[in-house]
Amino acid sequence: MKRTMLLRLGAVLVGAALLSACQVGTKSAKQYGYRGTGMDQITLAAANKTIDPINVVPPPPYDPPKPGGRPAREAYQNVQVLGDISEDEFSYTMAAITQWIAPEQGCNYCHNPANMASDELYTKKVARRMLQMTRKINTGWTGHVKQTGVTCYTCHRGQAVPTENWALPAKGNPDTILGNRHGQDAPVIATAYSSLPNTAFAKYLLNANSAPIRVQSTYSHPSRLDKTSTMEAEGTYSLMMHTSTALGVNCTFCHNAGSFQAWNMSTPKRVGAWYGYRMVRDINGEYIGSLAGVFPKHRLGPQGDPLKVNCTTCHRGINKPLGGVSMVKDYPALRPTGPMVTAAAAPAPAAPAAAATKMP
Amino acid sequence: MAYQNIFTQVQLSHAPEMGIGMKPGSDPRGTAVGFNHLFGRFGQAQLGPIYLGWTGLLALLCGFIAFEIIGLNMMASVNWNPIQFVRLLPWLSLEPPGPEYGFSPIVPLAKGGWWILAGMFLTLSVLLWAIRTYRRARALGMGTHVFWAFMSAIWLFLVLGFIRPAFMGSWSEAVPFGIFPHLDWTAAFSIRYGNLFYNPFHCLSIAFLYGSTLLFAMHGATILAVGRYGGEREIEQITDRGTASERAALFWRWTMGFNATMESIHRWAWWFAVLTTLTGGIGILLTGTVVDNWYLWAQQHHYAPAYPSTGVVDPAMGSKVQ
Repeated sequence: MKRTMLLRLGAVLVGAALLSACQVGTKSAKQYGYRGTGMDQITLAAANKTIDPINVVPPPPYDPPKPGGRPAREAYQNVQVLGDISEDEFSYTMAAITQWIAPEQGCNYCHNPANMASDELYTKKVARRMLQMTRKINTGWTGHVKQTGVTCYTCHRGQAVPTENWALPAKGNPDTILGNRHGQDAPVIATAYSSLPNTAFAKYLLNANSAPIRVQSTYSHPSRLDKTSTMEAEGTYSLMMHTSTALGVNCTFCHNAGSFQAWNMSTPKRVGAWYGYRMVRDINGEYIGSLAGVFPKHRLGPQGDPLKVNCTTCHRGINKPLGGVSMVKDYPALRPTGPMVTAAAAPAPAAPAAAATKMP
Repeated sequence: MAYQNIFTQVQLSHAPEMGIGMKPGSDPRGTAVGFNHLFGRFGQAQLGPIYLGWTGLLALLCGFIAFEIIGLNMMASVNWNPIQFVRLLPWLSLEPPGPEYGFSPIVPLAKGGWWILAGMFLTLSVLLWAIRTYRRARALGMGTHVFWAFMSAIWLFLVLGFIRPAFMGSWSEAVPFGIFPHLDWTAAFSIRYGNLFYNPFHCLSIAFLYGSTLLFAMHGATILAVGRYGGEREIEQITDRGTASERAALFWRWTMGFNATMESIHRWAWWFAVLTTLTGGIGILLTGTVVDNWYLWAQQHHYAPAYPSTGVVDPAMGSKVQ
């Protein structure tokens, strides 16, 4: 009798252990590709109903002002980026930015209250460059952000420094095995807790000259053109794991796993991702990279470079940041409809603000 | 004697069985012998006497050196911290040299030299152990089937770590030592070479692997099922078939119309197991040396279906941004 009791108890425990990794609850499945290719996304129906407060769009500071009125550049001094909008819209935009980035510190986080036009605080120089960047993203990177666009809040979420960021990792001594894990073998979220290289951001997302992401041969047999090694392919794999985690989707959201390479088997989402990687390189290289000398030491990474963005900075676990709500439509100052805003005006690090090029 | 199984076994104490005499010129066999009741429940209760010989001794020594090189490298990578070593063990690795060293045997220890040394000692260890299985089988007047089966596994091991890297001219193509790292390598390898599932030798290897488990399950189940008629004494049944063997054969003839014989079932199992790693090794060796993208190869040879186009075009085509 005692033995049967033990066996029963064991069976119950084993059964419970087997079920412990299962997610109970209704799932919803959406098919993205040809039948039989496993191209679908399965989500918990309950998870779709509860939205993380971090992914909710905050309301505007007050009702958006009517168009028209005195341009901001005439009303205020030293307005280099937002000079083309009205005085009322300028105040409205500034109020929104304060809520988005420095809700506790207020205007004085970037401005000297005695002289609002002064560029003496580094934060103001950074903010100006970031405004140029936001306008560039909304007008120049529509391949990624479409008509949904972005605002400061898409990255900042009420924080002066967006919480999801990265910097070049500390350089170890490559000539010793002591404490040297070769930039991999660490359970970090950047690699989806795998042992893959965690230097993929530095390799692929640093700037326009970053390494090509593609690793597969374009010809069925070996050729001089395709010399990528398996070791190098691990970097791309790691980057893809990051994107997958950042968007809360699996590989088949973009790819047909039969051939990760073939575009004619991929979903249209992959084109958006292609522009996304290039947009991130532009942000990190042309905009954040140009501020290297502006940031104080405590805002820099271990190698002295500024903190940069990756997919998670905006996406926060969902495939459309902030649930796909177009926030920028309430803030037209961030998406100029006039002539294309160029990225020509990277400030010289220590140069006075007046030396910076005037923006149209 | 009454039917005995793992639950009903009777273990008798007796003088240890010391084995047949040694051939002239053999190394001496050990004399240490013991009995263990628990072992007796799963196999023979008698432990030893063991014959190591020079191949066995050297194999264990080389295996130990390789194990130590790998383990100490991993421990050094977490600054000799035992807690971190245990916590991070599944992630830790000993990586082969990078592409910059090609297939040169001279690589600084910290940059992959340790990997080459560990691989060398591990290779020596398994080859010496294989020689040992050959020589012990011969000494007993047996066939050398175990040796050849082991060689098939060693073939795949050497293709992954030595033969293919040699053909590719780069150590960086080899597998790292490590629990998760070698799995990540496997996935990256398939991604780099355009999906290994389109490699026909990979398909064969999978078929033999799954076939092996199926055959093993069928055979094990059949013999256990006729154990009550003495079916577990299967070797005797080859020459003196009793009711157990007849029933086992009839069972399969009734269920699937065909039955293996007591002898042929072991050939089936042996070939399936041996072909798993044999075909697997061929598939790995062809990858990157003969075929660089298995998906494109499969399309070219009408080996795999092409799915209807989604109409998506590579945005890099005609774009200045790469």
